[in-house]
Amino acid sequence: MNIVVCIKWTPDTSEADLTLESSGKDIKKDDLDFDVNDWDRFAIEEAVQIKEKMGGSVSVITVAPDDAEEMLRESLARGADQAFHLWDDAFEGSDGYAVASILAKFIRDRPYDLILTGTLADDDGGGQVGGMLAAMLNIPSSTLVSKIQIQGTTINFNRELEGGLGEAIEMDLPALVSVATGLNEPRFVSIRAVRKVSSVEIPMLDLGEIGIDESKVGYDGSMIQIEKVYLPPEGEGAEIIKGNPEEAAARLAEILREKGGIG
Amino acid sequence: MIEPADFPIASIPAPVLAFVILVSAISFFSYIMFRRIDLLRKLMPDHRFSDIWERIKFAVIYGFFQYRQPRYLGAGILHILLFAGFMILSLRSLTLIGQGFSSQFHLPFLTGSPGLFYDILKDYTGIIVLGVCIIAIIRRAVFHPARYAHPGAEGHQNEAYIILGLVAALMVTDMIFDGSSLKGAAVSGKSCMFPAASLAAFFMPALGSSTLNFIHIASYWAHILVFFSLLNYLPISKHFHVITAIPNVFFANLNRGRIKPVRWGVEDWMELEEIGVSRFEGFTWKHVLDFYSCADCGRCTDNCPANAVGRHLSPKMISIKARDYAYKYYPIFGSPPDPGETRFIGDIITENEIWACTTCGACEQECPIFIEYIDKIVDMRRYLLDQGRLPLSLQKPMQQIKKKGNAYGGSKGKRSAWAKEIEGVEIRELKPGDHADLLFFVDSCGSFDPRIQEISKSFARILSKTSSDFGILGQDETDSGNEIRRLGEEGLFEQVSGKNIEAFQARGFKEITAFDPHAFNVIRNDYPERFPIIHSSQLLARFLRDGKLTLSGDYLNNRVVTYHDPCYLGRHNGIYDEPRYVLSKIPGIQLREMVCSFSRSFCCSGGGILLWYENEEEKERMGERRVRMAQEVGSQVIVTACPFCLINLEDAIKTTGNEGKIEVIDIVELIDRSML
Repeated sequence: MNIVVCIKWTPDTSEADLTLESSGKDIKKDDLDFDVNDWDRFAIEEAVQIKEKMGGSVSVITVAPDDAEEMLRESLARGADQAFHLWDDAFEGSDGYAVASILAKFIRDRPYDLILTGTLADDDGGGQVGGMLAAMLNIPSSTLVSKIQIQGTTINFNRELEGGLGEAIEMDLPALVSVATGLNEPRFVSIRAVRKVSSVEIPMLDLGEIGIDESKVGYDGSMIQIEKVYLPPEGEGAEIIKGNPEEAAARLAEILREKGGIG
Repeated sequence: MIEPADFPIASIPAPVLAFVILVSAISFFSYIMFRRIDLLRKLMPDHRFSDIWERIKFAVIYGFFQYRQPRYLGAGILHILLFAGFMILSLRSLTLIGQGFSSQFHLPFLTGSPGLFYDILKDYTGIIVLGVCIIAIIRRAVFHPARYAHPGAEGHQNEAYIILGLVAALMVTDMIFDGSSLKGAAVSGKSCMFPAASLAAFFMPALGSSTLNFIHIASYWAHILVFFSLLNYLPISKHFHVITAIPNVFFANLNRGRIKPVRWGVEDWMELEEIGVSRFEGFTWKHVLDFYSCADCGRCTDNCPANAVGRHLSPKMISIKARDYAYKYYPIFGSPPDPGETRFIGDIITENEIWACTTCGACEQECPIFIEYIDKIVDMRRYLLDQGRLPLSLQKPMQQIKKKGNAYGGSKGKRSAWAKEIEGVEIRELKPGDHADLLFFVDSCGSFDPRIQEISKSFARILSKTSSDFGILGQDETDSGNEIRRLGEEGLFEQVSGKNIEAFQARGFKEITAFDPHAFNVIRNDYPERFPIIHSSQLLARFLRDGKLTLSGDYLNNRVVTYHDPCYLGRHNGIYDEPRYVLSKIPGIQLREMVCSFSRSFCCSGGGILLWYENEEEKERMGERRVRMAQEVGSQVIVTACPFCLINLEDAIKTTGNEGKIEVIDIVELIDRSML
């Protein structure tokens, strides 16, 4: 069982004060901390658990700048056997389609039975790479996957849909599934676990080594052009009502009257 | 009256019989002890031979004088009586063994008047011990003290009855032996000197001398047999503590508040094949001596806050289950059973138990014989964490510390943002090479948690008011790492402590000060380099002693105050008096102590990143229970000296419907608001 996991290097925007690049087409990322996309942690864990049960190997791949090696090393500490770091300055500005093209080019000639990705990325929420990669490789795919079972040459899994509705699906391998969060409990990676894999070599491959044409990557190879990125408008209308209960109640009634909430 | 030594049994001369019994019983006992000690030799190393004088002092105070026993007054007094009796009567037992060889046998120093004095003493002792045994049996059988329960595992209640029965039998046979002597000699007027013997004689009707002699001889041999049975029963039961307790106290952990290294004597632990305790054999020899020594008294569990709120943790059961495991898989005779799929961690000790502990130290504080739990829990966590098994709720904050140096996810640059918001107070950010008298270690909580920032500001105001020369590390400060180490992430602990040590060493200061007892503890006890450090409550006490602060009672306004001892200030560092001294300096303060105070303080669920820990088993929050304890003494203000206590208790005030009725405040904030 050869499992390939595609992971993304995403900025942590949860506690940060975001500012825009002067171009207005991206946020400033210099001061942000990057980490593995949270959804992808579940994909890596699932791959490792399948390997632990059935044997085989797990390869982790990312298309990301140099710093992302940290995430690949952590993936090795999580139990992946190999990691591949795909990067070239020409990849800058790649959209989901271009990233999928790079991954497809790299994965196509390698042995694989199952490809796992997270369903979405924390940063842009595109949810495109998995599906497009599967299409490029001409294999079946699905999203929001949980409860994966491998039987021989087929994969069975569930999809959890809105309102508790579920789907049980069977696919032939090779296949690509994009996992939901919460399908497993990703293991914690200790400092020592990373240290243990510190001597494992993580090959870094550029445009030429992957063998993809420059026109297929970066801005040129992308189908989406971002027009503008903007910050959420300054919040208005939130008011904390102060004072004793009578005063607070009077103020609340006043607001409701003004805004047309009551009579 | 014919004495036992002169009376052949089944035509075997008594000395021969005495010899056979003595040699076989001692051989048997020695073999059992050899097996038990042999296991200790196979375990991990432990450093327990330092500070020999301190250890001897411990053994005398806590071992022989049983200083901790009266923490449970009734049971404690009974135990002290039993132990004193045991010490006194051991000489009697030696004498009796000798008298199997010669009727004239006496211990060399117990002849003449000392001998008579001893005979009287031992007679009184015997009757007291018998009384204690009867009370103890009744107490167990009728009153069933809750702390003797064995939830979730086989109990050892029967062993208690066997032991109490054997001890009682030892007393009774001795009484009969002496009583028959007394009766046979028909000496009168000695009953006040020999109450036990007289009591036994009282029950003996006028018997023929041969019958009386038979009783005399029979009680003697019964006594000898019971004595050796008892001796051999000890190391195969929970009563091994009779033998191991004093050594266990001697080898006690003298460094409270400090966690053991991953492996004693190993510098580069990262290279070890396996770390922490994954198998039973991963414990140190002292930890298994602890298991041997546990008497199942349950004081630890009775004081365990995690247990009290329904988490699946009972310190006592950890000892009992581990001891059962040791006895089962390292048997005295025969080959051990095949453990099959049974894993020590996971099956015998569950992961839930291991993560439920807040490391508050109440169990260790209570144990009369200094059995340790925190180091064992930490060692088991080290193994689990090494396997990647850290509870989900703790993963994110731990990851944040790894990435950003704090669990709150704040960026480094914002670490000292709070310090710029205080009116009229300038806070120096010390750069490498700078000097200040006091280095205020704020820690992540004081830097990023909006509620705890208030304590940081109050502290800065006080330092400013007292014209102290102080500064902070700013972005060179990293999380102190107290909980990181206690959750088993030693590698990350080394990283964060290393960064802080580097920052300390690059600056000049006389003392570090911190208001968080967790930071205070880890810097004081765990950091590999030593730095002088003082807790805010100690510093406040110093300011007040030096007359640098004057306080008014206006803020408290006659409200009833109780002080909550933080675990890492009190139990782990012995600081109980200074915070109370500080409070006593507020004019008109009405301070009432809760029942659980000082070293019996009740943990309000842990500090550092334990703030993020979610436990699904608990039926109520520890903080809620603590708030109720404060209510019991009519408290309107709960003062604490730990930011995490503050957060936990403030939450509990809300969830128990006490908002507006009880205020929780850190001692630093209280002094800030009471300053004139």
